[in-house]
Amino acid sequence: MAEFKKADSMLEWFDQRLGVVNFVKVMMTEYWIPKNINFLWAMGVLLTVLFTFLVVSGIFLLMYYKPDVNMAFDSVNYTIMQEVAYGWLFRHIHAVGASVVFLVIYIHMFTGIYYGSYKKGREMIWVSGMLLFMLFSAEGFSGYMLPWGQMSYWAAYVITEIFGGIPVIGDELVVWIRGNFYVSDSTLTRFFMLHVLLIPLAIIGAIVFHFYALRFPHVNNEEGEFFDFDEEAKKYLAGNKKESKVVPFWPVFLSKDFFVLGFFMLFFFYLVFFHYNFAMDPVNFDKADGLKTPAHIYPEWYFLWSYEVLRGFFFEIAGVSGKDLGLMAFGFANAIFLVLPWLDRSPMVKPANQRPYFKYWFWFLMADLIVLTVYGKLPPTGANAWVGFASSMTFLALFIALPFITKAEAKKVGGK
Amino acid sequence: MKEFKILAVIAALVGITYYGIEPYAHHIMHPEVAPADFSFKTLKNVDTTLAGNAENGKVLVEANCIACHAIDKAGYPAIMPNADAAASYGVVPPDLSSSGRIYDKNYLANFIFDPVSAMHLEGKYTPESGKQFPMPAYNWMSPQEIMDIVAYLQSVTPKVTEGKETNKATFEAACGRCHDMKYAGIQATTPKDNLKAYMGATPPDLSQYIKSRGEHYLHSFVNDPQVLLHGTSMPRVGLTEKAQEEVIAYMEEIGDSKKAERESLGIWVMLYTFVFAILAYLWKRKIWSEVH
Repeated sequence: MAEFKKADSMLEWFDQRLGVVNFVKVMMTEYWIPKNINFLWAMGVLLTVLFTFLVVSGIFLLMYYKPDVNMAFDSVNYTIMQEVAYGWLFRHIHAVGASVVFLVIYIHMFTGIYYGSYKKGREMIWVSGMLLFMLFSAEGFSGYMLPWGQMSYWAAYVITEIFGGIPVIGDELVVWIRGNFYVSDSTLTRFFMLHVLLIPLAIIGAIVFHFYALRFPHVNNEEGEFFDFDEEAKKYLAGNKKESKVVPFWPVFLSKDFFVLGFFMLFFFYLVFFHYNFAMDPVNFDKADGLKTPAHIYPEWYFLWSYEVLRGFFFEIAGVSGKDLGLMAFGFANAIFLVLPWLDRSPMVKPANQRPYFKYWFWFLMADLIVLTVYGKLPPTGANAWVGFASSMTFLALFIALPFITKAEAKKVGGK
Repeated sequence: MKEFKILAVIAALVGITYYGIEPYAHHIMHPEVAPADFSFKTLKNVDTTLAGNAENGKVLVEANCIACHAIDKAGYPAIMPNADAAASYGVVPPDLSSSGRIYDKNYLANFIFDPVSAMHLEGKYTPESGKQFPMPAYNWMSPQEIMDIVAYLQSVTPKVTEGKETNKATFEAACGRCHDMKYAGIQATTPKDNLKAYMGATPPDLSQYIKSRGEHYLHSFVNDPQVLLHGTSMPRVGLTEKAQEEVIAYMEEIGDSKKAERESLGIWVMLYTFVFAILAYLWKRKIWSEVH
C-alpha cells in the first residue's frame, strides 16, 4: 500500500484517494475542443441535459404508474395527471422531452453529416451515435405504449406486426415479442421493463462509449480542419489563448453551451406548458380498445420517415409483394445510416457547401426526408400513395448513388 | 451573423415539417364541417313565434308527460326507480325540471312534435328497422298546445347561478342518462345492459373527452353528432349554446383539472429560464472575450 501523508486540505484528501485534480483536468479543464465552432456543436450537451430531464421525470412517473392493462390508463390520466401534486408537470416534461430529444438528435445527426464528422478517424463516434439513435428509438417506442391509449395500442400492434414479414421465423417472432398472440397485458409489462430498465441501462452505456469515442479523433470543427491538438493545447496553456485553435471544455466550451441551452429551454418549456399536443396525441386519451380501430394510425413524428418507406411500396413488383418490398426497404432505411462512413468515398472533410457534389446529395436527402415525414402521416390513398412510393424510391436511390457521387467528387478535387 | 443564418435554415426546415405533420395533416384528416347551429333552424314543424300559456301547458303536461317523466322541481317525482324505468323504456326517461333552461325553445317544441326528426335519428328509426323511439310523436297537438307545454316547462325550471354546480347539473341532465364520467364519480343513470341494447354499443366514458376530442370538435359534435360521426346512434340533444358551454366547461373541469395551474406556472418557469439564458449569455461573452 502506498504511503499517505496527512492531507492539508479536503481537496488534497480526496486527491490522494481519488486523483480528483487530475480527473478534473482530463475531463474538464484540459479536455480540448476546437474553437472554430457554431451553436450546432452544443447539441451534444443539449441531449445530455434532455436525457437527464427524461430520467428524472421518468423516476417520478414510475412512482405512480401501474403497468397493467386495467390500471395503466387511469394511473396516467387520473392519478398522475390530476391527483399527484405536479404529476402533470412530470408527465408533460417526459412526453414533450421524448419528442424534442428526437428533434435534437436529428439536428445533431445531420450536423454530423453536413460537416463530414463521421470519417477519417471519426467512424466510431458516428457508429456509437447511430447506436444511440436506435436505442432511443426503442426507448421511445416502448414508452409510447405505457399510457395504454388507443394510439399506444394500435401503433404497437402495427409496428410489432412488421416483424411478421421476416421470412421463416416471422410469425413466431411476433408472438415472442408480444408474449401473446395479440398486444396484451404481457406485452405492456415487458415493454415497461424494457422502457424503465434494460434500454435505459444500454443508453447510459452507449452515452459513455459515445463520449469516449470522441477522445482520440477529437471533435470536428466548422471548416473540417485537421490540426495538432497537443500543440494547440500547449499554446493555450502558455497563455496564447487568442492564438490557440482550441479551448478547454470547462469553462469555455460549456459557457457557450449553457447560453444555447438557456434559449433552447425557453423553447422547450413553452412546448411543455402551452403547446404539447404534437407530443401527446389526442387520440391517445382514449383508452386502448382492441375491437375499435382508429380511423388513422400513425407512429410518433420521428418515426414517420421510415414508416413511409415501409408503406411506400404498396404494389407487387416482379413477383415480390408490396409488403415484402416495404419491409426490405424499411430494413435498409434503418441500417443504412450506420454504414454512412463507408458509403462516403470522398476523403474531403469539409462542410457540405464546400463539397462540389455532396452538397446536392445532402440537400436532396433533407428534402426527401421531409416529404417522407409529412406523407408518413397523411392517409396513404390516391396521389399520396404515389408520392410515398416516389419519395421512398428516392431515398433508396440517394444511398445507392452516394458511393458513386462521392467517388466522382474525390476524383474532381484530387484527394484534397 | 452566420449563426443566425444557420438558425434560420433549421427553423425553416423544422417549421415546414411541423406544418406538414400537424396543421396540414389535421386539416386533411379532419375536414372543417358546417358551423354549429344553435337556433336549430331546419326544424320548422311548430310555429315557435306563438306565445305559450303556461297554465294551459301545466294541464297538458299532467295529461301527457308525467306518466313517464319526472319533473322533480315542480313536484312530480319519478314513477319508478331508474332500473325499472330503463327496463320499461330502454333508457331512463329524462326528468324535465331543467328542460326549459338547457334545451333550445325551437328544438324543444319540434321535439315534442316529432322526437326522431329533431334528434336527427331518422337513420336509426327507419320503418324497416322495426325499432321505435320510446316517446311517441305529439304531432296531433296544435302548435299552440305545444307552445303552451314549452311555456310551462320554461316556467318551472329553477333559476341557476353560473359556476361549477350549474355546470355539473347541466352535464348530468344533458349527458348523464347514458354517459359515465368516471373521474367525477358519475355513473350513467341507465344500467349498462339496457344502454347497450338501446344504443347498440355502450356509450363512452367522457372523463377524458376534453383531451381526446378537444373543445373545437365537441362544439360541433354535441350540437349535431351526425355531422361529424354519420350514422351514430347518439341523438342531437338540442342544447342551447349556453348549456353546451356549461357541459364543455364541466368536461374540462374534470378532464383537465390542472389547466389553470399549468398556465400560471408556465409563465413563471419561462421567466426563470429567460433570466438563466440572459445570465448564461453574459457569462459566455465574458469567457469568450479572453479567447477571441
